[in-house]
Amino acid sequence: MLSLTYIVGIASALVIILLLVGLHLPSVMPDNEKLSAYECGFDPMGNARLPFSLRFFLVAILFLLFDLEIALILPYPLGVVFSENTFYNYWLVMLLVVVLTFGLMYEWLKGGLEWTE
Amino acid sequence: MILSVIHIFLYFVPVLLAVAFLTLTERKVIGYVQLRKGPNVVGPYGLLQPIADGVKLFIKEPIKPSSSNPSVFFFAPMLALILALLLWMPVPLMDAFIELNFAVLFVLAISSLSVYSIMASGWSSNSKYALLGALRAVAQMVSYEVSLGLIILSLICLVGGFNLAQFFSAQEEVMLMLSCWPLGIMWFISTVAETNRSPFDLTEGESELVSGFNVEYSGGPFALFFLAEYANILFMNVLSALLFLAAHFSLLGVAVKVGLLAGLYLWFRASYPRFRYDQLMHLAWKSFLPLSLGLLMLNFSLPLTFSGIGGGL
Repeated sequence: MLSLTYIVGIASALVIILLLVGLHLPSVMPDNEKLSAYECGFDPMGNARLPFSLRFFLVAILFLLFDLEIALILPYPLGVVFSENTFYNYWLVMLLVVVLTFGLMYEWLKGGLEWTE
Repeated sequence: MILSVIHIFLYFVPVLLAVAFLTLTERKVIGYVQLRKGPNVVGPYGLLQPIADGVKLFIKEPIKPSSSNPSVFFFAPMLALILALLLWMPVPLMDAFIELNFAVLFVLAISSLSVYSIMASGWSSNSKYALLGALRAVAQMVSYEVSLGLIILSLICLVGGFNLAQFFSAQEEVMLMLSCWPLGIMWFISTVAETNRSPFDLTEGESELVSGFNVEYSGGPFALFFLAEYANILFMNVLSALLFLAAHFSLLGVAVKVGLLAGLYLWFRASYPRFRYDQLMHLAWKSFLPLSLGLLMLNFSLPLTFSGIGGGL
């Protein structure tokens, strides 16, 4: 049985060695064209720090909500196994799921899940 | 020191070898699907092709784009491969290197972290294709992670623990694939989407994004991304086999199931055209999420209704 930190350590060591080999083994001959950002053979047009569609931000917010829900519910199965007031926990979890489902319905009806108008 | 080297060879090198031969299998299978032979020159039946590919990738010139953010640019592929290798740790084989009581949580946490490597690579490349590809990849992975999490939660309530080895004892009578097949199918499709595989490989989108988030990478760093991607695919299949198809514990059984599931991935890639992005998002948020929420409530109620929880407790 090995410890977690040890395994993280040897995995990182292996990957760092691979990266160092990949960076230092080949001969590097940089030039201006090679190092410019790739844009189908043209010179890069403008800045790459583009404004992006707000939909992606909305997806991130929705993900936060639902992942938080998952994180809150995760201890529940252990509660079923080990704790006494199972039915109290059960109704709390159901309440949480129902509230978030209503949130999803609201989002759906308001059109937050539509990608093309 | 020597012991660490031995551990690396016992644990991570087999994963990398499996990944190498998965790429060969993929090229062979897709080749025969398209009525051509696939790689067959290097070695007998092309068996040495992945080794040759690896050597080639590591002696190609690694490019550091002048507009990129170098530290993040090289940190991203490292992070990707480290996380992909760490995912393999809690797999309960004969003698686990490490036995985690909360292995499922560990897997969820590490696979969520791998989003950061894609985001970092796309942002730090400072190229439009890379940024757009990374945005798409992150949104897609994040959406399907929600359904993966909810499905796994349902299973945990039936099994009664977060330990992956407990899934074996819970499925002694019947595989969860039979009793929860809607969950199983949603899980499998979600893993395809989570690993950015065809038909959900919107991030790659050759025709519009060239190669997506890794467009600026070449040589060694690209090889790290490539290995990480395929290690993730194999691991997701191992996880599917453990969660849904683990009847009796046998190494051969697990290997055969993982091979069949990986074969399905290749079959998908050879058969289906790419999804549209809005369809992809609709599938995640409008089909899988409501359905998995409903099934979550059902699966939470079942153990209480029958006054017991699985897993021999």
